Amino acid sequence: MKAPLIVVGLVLALGPFALTSQSLVNFAMLTVVSAFLGQCWNIAGGFGGLTSFGHTIFFGTGAYTAAILQTRWGLNPWLALPAALVTGSLVGAAIGAAAFRAGLRGSYFALVTLAFAEVFRVLSNSLDFTRGGLGINIPLGMGAGNFQFADRRSTYAVALAFLVLATAAAAWLKRARFGARLAALRENEDAAAALGVNLVRTKTIALALSGGLTALGGVLYAQTYLYVDPAISFGVERSVEMLLVAMIGGAGTVWGPILGAIVLHIIADVSRSWIDTPGFAPMLYGVVLLVIIGLLPRGIIGIWERWRA
Amino acid sequence: MAEIYAAALINGLLIGGVYALVALGLTLIYGVLHIVNFAHGSLLMVAMFAAWLMAEKAGVHPYAALPVVALAMFALGWLLYRYVIGRVSRGEDRAILLATLGVAVVLDNVFLTLFGGDTRQIESDLTFAVIEAGPLLLSVPKVIAFAVSLLLAGALWAFMALTDTGRAIRAVAKEPEGARLMGIRPERIFALAYGIGIGCLGAAGCLLLPSFFVSPHVGNVFVLVAFTIVVLGGMGSFPGAVVGGLLIGVTESLGGLWLGESLGPIGISLVFIAVLLFRPTGLFGAAR
Amino acid sequence: MRHTRLTRRSTLAAAATLAMPSIARAQAAPIKLGLIHPVTGALAGAGGRCRLGGQLAIADINAAGGIKSMGGAKIEALLGDAQGRPEIATQLVDQMAEAGAAGFTGCFASNLGLAATQAAAKYGIPFAIDSGIADAITTRGLKNTFRFFPNNTTATTDAMAALDAINKKAGSPAKTAVIVHEDSEFGTNSVKLQAAKLPLIGIEVKALLPHATPTRDFTNIVLRIKAEKPDIVLISNYENEYVLLARTLVQQRVELMSTYSISGGGFNLKFAKEAPQVAENMIDFNHWHNPKDPRATAFRKRVEDSGQFYSWELPFGYFAVKLLADAWERAGSADKEKAIAALNASTFSDHFMPYGPTKFTDGQNSGAHPVALQIQQGDMHVIWPDSFADVAAVFPRPKA
Repeated sequence: MKAPLIVVGLVLALGPFALTSQSLVNFAMLTVVSAFLGQCWNIAGGFGGLTSFGHTIFFGTGAYTAAILQTRWGLNPWLALPAALVTGSLVGAAIGAAAFRAGLRGSYFALVTLAFAEVFRVLSNSLDFTRGGLGINIPLGMGAGNFQFADRRSTYAVALAFLVLATAAAAWLKRARFGARLAALRENEDAAAALGVNLVRTKTIALALSGGLTALGGVLYAQTYLYVDPAISFGVERSVEMLLVAMIGGAGTVWGPILGAIVLHIIADVSRSWIDTPGFAPMLYGVVLLVIIGLLPRGIIGIWERWRA
Repeated sequence: MAEIYAAALINGLLIGGVYALVALGLTLIYGVLHIVNFAHGSLLMVAMFAAWLMAEKAGVHPYAALPVVALAMFALGWLLYRYVIGRVSRGEDRAILLATLGVAVVLDNVFLTLFGGDTRQIESDLTFAVIEAGPLLLSVPKVIAFAVSLLLAGALWAFMALTDTGRAIRAVAKEPEGARLMGIRPERIFALAYGIGIGCLGAAGCLLLPSFFVSPHVGNVFVLVAFTIVVLGGMGSFPGAVVGGLLIGVTESLGGLWLGESLGPIGISLVFIAVLLFRPTGLFGAAR
Repeated sequence: MRHTRLTRRSTLAAAATLAMPSIARAQAAPIKLGLIHPVTGALAGAGGRCRLGGQLAIADINAAGGIKSMGGAKIEALLGDAQGRPEIATQLVDQMAEAGAAGFTGCFASNLGLAATQAAAKYGIPFAIDSGIADAITTRGLKNTFRFFPNNTTATTDAMAALDAINKKAGSPAKTAVIVHEDSEFGTNSVKLQAAKLPLIGIEVKALLPHATPTRDFTNIVLRIKAEKPDIVLISNYENEYVLLARTLVQQRVELMSTYSISGGGFNLKFAKEAPQVAENMIDFNHWHNPKDPRATAFRKRVEDSGQFYSWELPFGYFAVKLLADAWERAGSADKEKAIAALNASTFSDHFMPYGPTKFTDGQNSGAHPVALQIQQGDMHVIWPDSFADVAAVFPRPKA
């Protein structure tokens, strides 16, 4: 990337720390969280071509990990971060091992993740361990030691750190041998297998990596809103949002999800403001979505690529 | 207790027939376009609202409205593919998927704006009509929906197997480039297949309304079930959709009895996952 | 698909200006009030009615000359769509607080209310809950949060007292019950209390039947009810499932003395109109206005004349706003701390709800109580408590 772009990126990323408006910081925070989740999806869905429709499984796993660690075992919520990395990766590895061993890909893989998300939703809605449909209230107790921030800038800082981490992982994938193997599988499974790439292992690791990172987002959610329930954790909307952010921005590129999150959040906010009729704004949002898909088949990053070419 | 099991079994079959009805269009669209139509639930909602409007504003019973609604939905589906989905996606798989998602967002919110978010229903003489089968009372609207879904599946199968258009659709489904060389224009066939699939939803909406309700979110209630049936039956197979629908109906019904209605719905998802993992071609699907 | 929304509703203020041109020019700065509700998504219908109620209250207050102790200051609505997502409710609170909101009402659903009150507490801005029944909203020690309406514990305890009273009045014919409930927070919470309480009022619980949301078919559940042969069925679930269950009970010819729902999601006037046969004589324990108060009748007529269907969400939205306005009026200021002090001392009585005088204990109005309702001849009637009842209960209902 060229120097001016790095400067613009740094200003955008660090700017919110200078803002006094909590709502603008909040907007930045939501955008960064969204970019982070999109980037997590991108690691599996973009670089690996594993089009997941149930990525909220990992988000929800992280959120419940945080809530249960505190309310059941009284552990410090910061411990939820490493714990969620582990639980998220394990769930990713388990689903990946099952699905890829069975040779699922494309629409079939998308559907199986959708179904797993539903299983998680029903289970968390039924089990005592997760307090069923009651959901879990995390007791209010503001303070950095307790991972509850009164100032949104602190939440933003954590979200930004997550985004940097996930983007570093994406950049690494772009260069590393592992990423090359993954890309080879995405482009042509048979050819890659003929070259000695272990399909099940490579894809499973990618999903586990993506799952572990996504779970961090769930922890941040739980610590910010202090309430976790089956619909918030495992509802299909969040899965769709992650996928849209990555695909609209440009799946399989390092900067695509970030662009996607920025553009989608701005569109959502602009289309929402000043329109009073319920339903009208999201309708407009849907139309804009169709236009972007129609005009930019490679995602928003396509504009940049075209300009550079 | 045996009586309850028998009842649950029969009831499961009846519900399964209704599910099959929703799944028929989905399996056709998958079979031809090879995409998961994420606008399916929203289009079912549109069909149900159309039926509800006819009943509420014009006093036409949903069964009488069925041909009109099915035709209108066919037209809507055809137009949607021809002018929105096809155009936006240029036939690219990922883009088609995103385009159907976008269409769903727009449709859901158009109806929310027009009708508000409330649940609506109709009550007619048929609502409470039952057929007495021994100790069981079978709901007439469900029996009718069941019968029509079998008929419709048969008709679709015959259409695909016996007519020129049907053969053209199958040719495109199998080998779009080859079909093009034969003088068939795949894009037209895609629009036609999408139209027929959505037309089936028109019929489903009319048959469902008397025993169900309608709201802008009603599609979500059926969508995962429809996906499951399509996968279970084999993507693209009509007999598969019917048998899959019946199996899922029974699974749900008996699952509810054994596991409790709360944990019961998990049965559907587990069947879904098991089929995907162990027999992804489904019961009636050709090899991928 | 995350959206946020913040719009300034100036049309109402503009309408008031047109009506009273001479006063309007020289008036005090308007007081901004944030209304946060889900008006898109699954909760859109009821959330929208809460919002409408709030808007009607603002229009009324402004038309009557605004907050008089503040030089006739008008109230300006900031409308926010929380879409059923707590993170958006929180974002709206931030945005509105910065736009200068002096108070909030909302949020229809409990989980939205929990998130929004917590965010507003950071700014110390008073929050009047309209609908949102979870006890936790006011028991978490937030100083800014007030609920004029009943909480879940009151609702469930009262519901059993009402059932007992209705049953006793009829000579205690009901001895057995089956409870059907949806399995998330709303149903699970109240069912625990019901199951513990029913034996104490002489009704044996024969079965507890939880079901998921969505449930597409109730035939199995109804067959199990039929097998238990209960005198009454208690129902706690949401609108769609309520409608299907009620219809299936009739269709499968289950002989019951009555159904008794607690905050029955689908029990409303639209249901009475669209499914008259099913709805007739069903009983629900829920929120409603005082039918003996002519202001309530007028309010209902006003809503219905505008083409909306009338439900309890309307007065809830309405009086959440009125409660805040009353505090501002008495405080003579929209200052956050003064308003909260005024709310704590509130004896707000200018309302047509079946509540006694307002008294807040830790933000909860201890005088607030729901009522027992029955649909008779297609209309909604209060049948308990006697002091507010406008008709006698039909219980047990006549056999078909």
